[in-house]
Amino acid sequence: MTQELTRRQLLERAAMGGAAITFPGILAACGSSGSKASEGTTSVEQKLAKTLNFSNWTLYMDVNKKTKAFPSLDAFQKKTGVHVNYTEDINDNASFFGKIQGPLSRGQSIHRDIVVLTDNDRYLGLMLRKGWAEKLDKSAIPNMKNLVEVQKHPNFDPDREYTLPWQSGMSGIAYNDTLTDPVLSVDDLLENPKLKGKITVLNSMGDAMTIVMLANGDDPTNVTDKAWNAAFKRIQKAVDNKQIRQFTGNDYAPILARGDLMAAMSWSGDIAQLGNKHIHWNVPEGGGALWTDNMLIPKGGNVYTASVYMNYVYDPKVQGLMEAGDPKRNITGIYYIPPVKGAGAFAKKYDPSVANNPLIFPNAKTLSKVKIFDSKALNNQKYLEQWQNLISG
Amino acid sequence: MNLFHRHRGLTPYLLLAPGVLFLALFFVVPLGFLAYQSLQSGNFDFGYTFSWQWSNYWDALHNYEAQFIRSLEYAGIATLLALVISYPVAYWIAFRGGRWKNLLLLFIVAPFFVTYLIRTLAWETILSDNGFVVNTLQSLHVLGPSGRLLATSTAVVTGITYNFLPFMALPLYVSLEQIDARLIEAAEDLYASKWHAFWRVTFPLSLPGVVAGTLLTFIPAAGDFINAQLLGSPDNHMIGNVIQSKFLELTDYPAAAAMSFILMAGILLAVFLYARVVGTEQLTGTAG
Repeated sequence: MTQELTRRQLLERAAMGGAAITFPGILAACGSSGSKASEGTTSVEQKLAKTLNFSNWTLYMDVNKKTKAFPSLDAFQKKTGVHVNYTEDINDNASFFGKIQGPLSRGQSIHRDIVVLTDNDRYLGLMLRKGWAEKLDKSAIPNMKNLVEVQKHPNFDPDREYTLPWQSGMSGIAYNDTLTDPVLSVDDLLENPKLKGKITVLNSMGDAMTIVMLANGDDPTNVTDKAWNAAFKRIQKAVDNKQIRQFTGNDYAPILARGDLMAAMSWSGDIAQLGNKHIHWNVPEGGGALWTDNMLIPKGGNVYTASVYMNYVYDPKVQGLMEAGDPKRNITGIYYIPPVKGAGAFAKKYDPSVANNPLIFPNAKTLSKVKIFDSKALNNQKYLEQWQNLISG
Repeated sequence: MNLFHRHRGLTPYLLLAPGVLFLALFFVVPLGFLAYQSLQSGNFDFGYTFSWQWSNYWDALHNYEAQFIRSLEYAGIATLLALVISYPVAYWIAFRGGRWKNLLLLFIVAPFFVTYLIRTLAWETILSDNGFVVNTLQSLHVLGPSGRLLATSTAVVTGITYNFLPFMALPLYVSLEQIDARLIEAAEDLYASKWHAFWRVTFPLSLPGVVAGTLLTFIPAAGDFINAQLLGSPDNHMIGNVIQSKFLELTDYPAAAAMSFILMAGILLAVFLYARVVGTEQLTGTAG
């Protein structure tokens, strides 16, 4: 999630926004969204396909900087003979969902075997509720035992029947030490007059609300109207006071790096990738948000092949390389938070600086301070509307 | 007599058919879908059903009046600015460009070789809080010491003006270039001052270009949302931003469709009023 992603994300949105008032958008939107995709297409046959179609976010795979090849995907092909058709075409949950919901609602295949969606946005849960995901073939994923404890029973998929984490990340506050004293709390960020007009807040409801609710002493994992209203009013007030300059996706990164912002509510991975020594990222005093991008098999995808691939990435040795890369071989890693037990030990072998980076392998204390936003609240239409009205004027 | 002659009455229709078919397929049909969708009710989870839900329109107007007005306002100001900026440029190229005309026109179009998005992002850097423009304006006391341009309406209007400038400049150039220079000479021979000759001869003859340019600029500008998104704060968001968020983030397709229709109606109304003021013959370019 870096600057390039932002640009592409906006482009994507531009295209999608345009589609809102043009032909393809209408056709897509005209699908009977109420009906479920055809059931019972789950393949029980355990036979590998020739190719695996994998859609993922940009800059989310280990990559050889020189050859632009993806070493872990090449190794997978060598091992299984399956060629991975890897596409970095997910730039944000909403636009990607907008793209695939048309065919899925008509019961058509989207020609993808794995897609990756985030748990603190509403679309992952929506995919499952609509029945647009295939069940994983757990018999092909013995490595699932390596899944970290905290991820085993998420409330959108309590037994991990449909989804497996790809990577996680934390949302907190970053500040530029050449422009401001450390900004470590929501109080500072939203109410310190010295920062007026020099801060941004994430446009992702789950991230922003988790952070503000924790600062208010409320529980973001089980949202009540009272807690919601308190947090909402607090952000609304900061907008009215012109404290908040903009709501952003990861487009805050270039503005922060340029010095136009003193502080920004931001994602840990962005700041880790930015690598600017004056920009510091912290979990706010009250606590931060934890989000996880999850792999799932959309209806019509090849369940067995996808499951075999998931098993492959849940091998701690493979995950260690994917995470840390290998400087000796010019391989850059993913640098987010891996969900696989034992990956850290292997990461250390490849690149100790990654293994020791608290943004990538956070310690238990940090992890105890980050919370996952209530998935019911993510789908509360009233909340969603209030939030969108706030951030889009 | 061959078949073609006997059916001569049909020929124009046959020739029109591909165009009509194209318009029907890619304009009328989607528009019909959009109208149908704008009157639906329900939600994404349980499906939308058609129910003559006129309240979608009322709600959109009622709740987002500010953004509708702002869109027309920003687009109007940007169109006016684009006209004032590009008229002298187009005039100069048309009458003084000589053999450099094509090259100069290329300069106007050149930014279009770069993606819209990148051009807009460039303005983020140009108008940056610590950038040259803001520093200069601060030292001239146009902006206060803590003043800024980014995330203000000024930045949004600037971005729109810049991005749509060629749509204004090119039609202006075409209509100015077609003016017979002898007409201006004749006016001056008849003792018109340069000023008078311009306002009595040149400008009226260039009106088709002015009208075409203003429409080509105003219409897309009113629906723009990228400039507001990147260069504005939430206070500067336009109706395009709301439609985008309704469509993608809230998957509230009926509301998004209703808003698109209202925007379309608003633009049509503005164009209609404009046509009444300048005269319809200018719209079709038959004047002069």
